[in-house]
Amino acid sequence: MAMPHFTLHQPSSLEEALDLMSRHRASMKVLAGGTDLVPKMRAGAIQVEHLISLNRLPGMNRISYLDDDGLVIGCGARLSEVGANAEVRRYYPALAHACSVMATTQIRNMGTVAGNLVNAAPSADTAAPLLAYKASVVLVERGGRRQVPLEKFFEGPGKCAIEHLELLEAIRVPVPLDRSGSCYERLSARSQVDIAGVGVAGFLALDMEGKILAARLALAAVAPTPVRCAECEALLTGHEPSPDLIARAAAAAVRSARPIDDVRATAGYRRAMVHVLAKRVLETCLSQAQGGAR
Amino acid sequence: MAKKTIELIVNGDHYEVAIDPWRTLAEVLREDLRLTGTKIGCNQGDCGACTVIVDGRTVSSCLTLAVECHHREITTIEGLAKSPQELHPLQQAFIDKGAVQCGFCTGGMILSAKHLLDRNPNPDEEQIRKGLSGNLCRCTGYNKIVEAIGHASRQMASCKEG
Repeated sequence: MAMPHFTLHQPSSLEEALDLMSRHRASMKVLAGGTDLVPKMRAGAIQVEHLISLNRLPGMNRISYLDDDGLVIGCGARLSEVGANAEVRRYYPALAHACSVMATTQIRNMGTVAGNLVNAAPSADTAAPLLAYKASVVLVERGGRRQVPLEKFFEGPGKCAIEHLELLEAIRVPVPLDRSGSCYERLSARSQVDIAGVGVAGFLALDMEGKILAARLALAAVAPTPVRCAECEALLTGHEPSPDLIARAAAAAVRSARPIDDVRATAGYRRAMVHVLAKRVLETCLSQAQGGAR
Repeated sequence: MAKKTIELIVNGDHYEVAIDPWRTLAEVLREDLRLTGTKIGCNQGDCGACTVIVDGRTVSSCLTLAVECHHREITTIEGLAKSPQELHPLQQAFIDKGAVQCGFCTGGMILSAKHLLDRNPNPDEEQIRKGLSGNLCRCTGYNKIVEAIGHASRQMASCKEG
């Protein structure tokens, strides 16, 4: 199908972008990387009369890390830039890994982390690590800003808590705790390029005695949205880490999955692989945390 | 809906074009600038035949709106050779190693290989295969392509030393 004919707006300030969104509210879409939007427009899946590009907004590409503040990823930061950023690789290795293995080089050079979240695919590769890091999204509209924890952001396949006139301005990720480790593992049929069939991200932090101070596990592509695993996390928190504890926690993670059969994997395979990957991810997190890396 | 006038810097040459905002970079390169080495295969960002380099990074030009490339530096396959007499080492290696069959994927393959070698001048086979993961070839089975890129990387290294 041919591309629909639209008017393109290229605002040079956030205020101008929000005004344009409001003025053309009935028939507008926001463009960042375009890797999801352009194919959908071409397929006729989305009707657009006004396309509002974010690519000239100042500061939208920023990736900044401060020891007090944590990481801020601007709405235009490309997946490849986030994946290659030295501080992201050092402090948020699970996110760096997700940004480096998803899709293709070309798509990673175009697509944004913000777009990956707003698109709200159950299989969004950046969502699971960001959930494990307790990230939030900053949503802005003409009336002001609000910060929404990522845990409360996803509502269903393709659905999230962003309002039509809101823009996802940035993603904020807290500073990782001392004595912590994190990891993301994904499986897909082709191993490269294609969408994840199962993704598991973990974060573990230890206290001074080596007990688990904080545990977070998040799953992608095995439920209507990316999900945290409350039961698994509760089982780990406050306890001395051991192979037996990790095995029980990995088994508990499976109970947070609500997978379906589809072209990428069967529900049964997904459950089995959540078990396997959760164990691997937790083991990696633990060895990083015990190694003193953060 | 009005056309927009933009300036594209393609292979070092400046072009001023007036285009509809919904046209992709791939379309404008091929139809307006007549640079048909950039191919349109799947037209949805899967096959990599439309790969070009924009400001040093490979992108799928079929998913890129041309008007978003105003004043940006674009390299297409036509811009790789130093002169009509001297091909880029990657192009020469593709010929020497028999890595071209129908040729439809070749331009995109070579630009992805250039993007890889710009970042990693001495990749191993696995790194080459990963670097090509966004480019599909339905003829060669990839082996000759991987071989050609390894060969080119060694040629380029020895040129530098010599």
